[in-house]
Amino acid sequence: MSESIKNEWPLWEVFLQKKAGAPHEHAGSVHAADKEMAIQNARDVYTRRNEAINFWVVLSENIVATQPEETGSLFDPANDKTYRHPNFFRTPEGVKL
Amino acid sequence: MEDQKKIDEFNARIASGDVIEPKDWMPENYRKQLTRMMSQHAHSEIVGMLPEGNWITRAPSLKRKAVLLAKVQDEAGHGLYIYSGAETLGTSRREMTDQLLSGKAKYSSIFNYPTLTWADMGAVGWLVDGAAIVNQTMLAKCSYGPYARAMIRVCKEENFHNKQGYEIMAVLAKGTPEQKAMAQDALNRWWWPSLMMLGPSDKDSPNSGDLMKWKIKLQSNDELRQRFIDRTVPAAEAIGLTIPDEKLKYNPETRHYEFGEINWDEFFSVIKGQGPCNQERLQARIDADMNGKWVRDAASAFASKRNKEVAA
Repeated sequence: MSESIKNEWPLWEVFLQKKAGAPHEHAGSVHAADKEMAIQNARDVYTRRNEAINFWVVLSENIVATQPEETGSLFDPANDKTYRHPNFFRTPEGVKL
Repeated sequence: MEDQKKIDEFNARIASGDVIEPKDWMPENYRKQLTRMMSQHAHSEIVGMLPEGNWITRAPSLKRKAVLLAKVQDEAGHGLYIYSGAETLGTSRREMTDQLLSGKAKYSSIFNYPTLTWADMGAVGWLVDGAAIVNQTMLAKCSYGPYARAMIRVCKEENFHNKQGYEIMAVLAKGTPEQKAMAQDALNRWWWPSLMMLGPSDKDSPNSGDLMKWKIKLQSNDELRQRFIDRTVPAAEAIGLTIPDEKLKYNPETRHYEFGEINWDEFFSVIKGQGPCNQERLQARIDADMNGKWVRDAASAFASKRNKEVAA
């Protein structure tokens, strides 16, 4: 690895909140030496047109994610529990719940 | 040798219209081609700031200057969105930058042409960004999630670029005879390079096969070029400018414009480094990288000093 690649500023993931009440959503990433610069760069790169009223920057290396290979074993258990959904249950005719 | 079963599964996912995400298994060649294409695209956005940056200090009014400044800033943003997407494939931005500066990686041939007059700011926005929109609208539906998402963002902004360029041309075309001549001259110089920008004809495009098989590209270079021509010719006519192609003719049966022979020798010679501005463009990037090094180093040093203070 060359010196310049080793010295590259770390990567931060950017999550934008579009409007009040909306969840934060991943937009992309920026390189920055520290958190202030990460905020500055994320603002310049991802919010030039009112795309956000608030955002988070998170060091990419701090994000823990599920792996595609685990998708089956992680999420399969949900498939055979249809009783978690309200339409699993019957109500007498005429009753509104 | 890669696992054939995995390759078959991957191809089936592509065929069913699945979107591929960074951690999904993908064939090495998919990763490689995509990295090449995305880094080339990102480099084009970054180098693309130079021809227009050339006119910021000489824009004819404060309004035009503010608009051009915003446009050039957008191009930097586009470069960064795409680098960010490309990095998810496992190559760092610094590595891609090094490949650009060493001449190993390419960028779009169009940016090796000079911007000689103010009308070129009109022609570039209208034609170059216009051709880019046609290409990027397609890429917004490509099979790689981070690339597609970056393109959606880019396309929204390109429409502003395209319209501001066309407006510059329209205003000049309605101006004095000298101003109209300046607009026509810019159109004459940028028309053919803009057609070339969409890439070699299908039969001479070595990477197209793989890219289309994997739904990275959904339309061929020739199809994109036709679409660009079909939507641009009427816009030229509407403001009284003439497309510099004697063979250009609308075919009512196919509902497409037929056009003259593209000078592919010129295209390939510009790609190989013989364009009017190749050396100047690359040197500008090398200088920017070198002149910014102390800033990057200082920021890193400051950050690591502060981290140590926090830890202590």
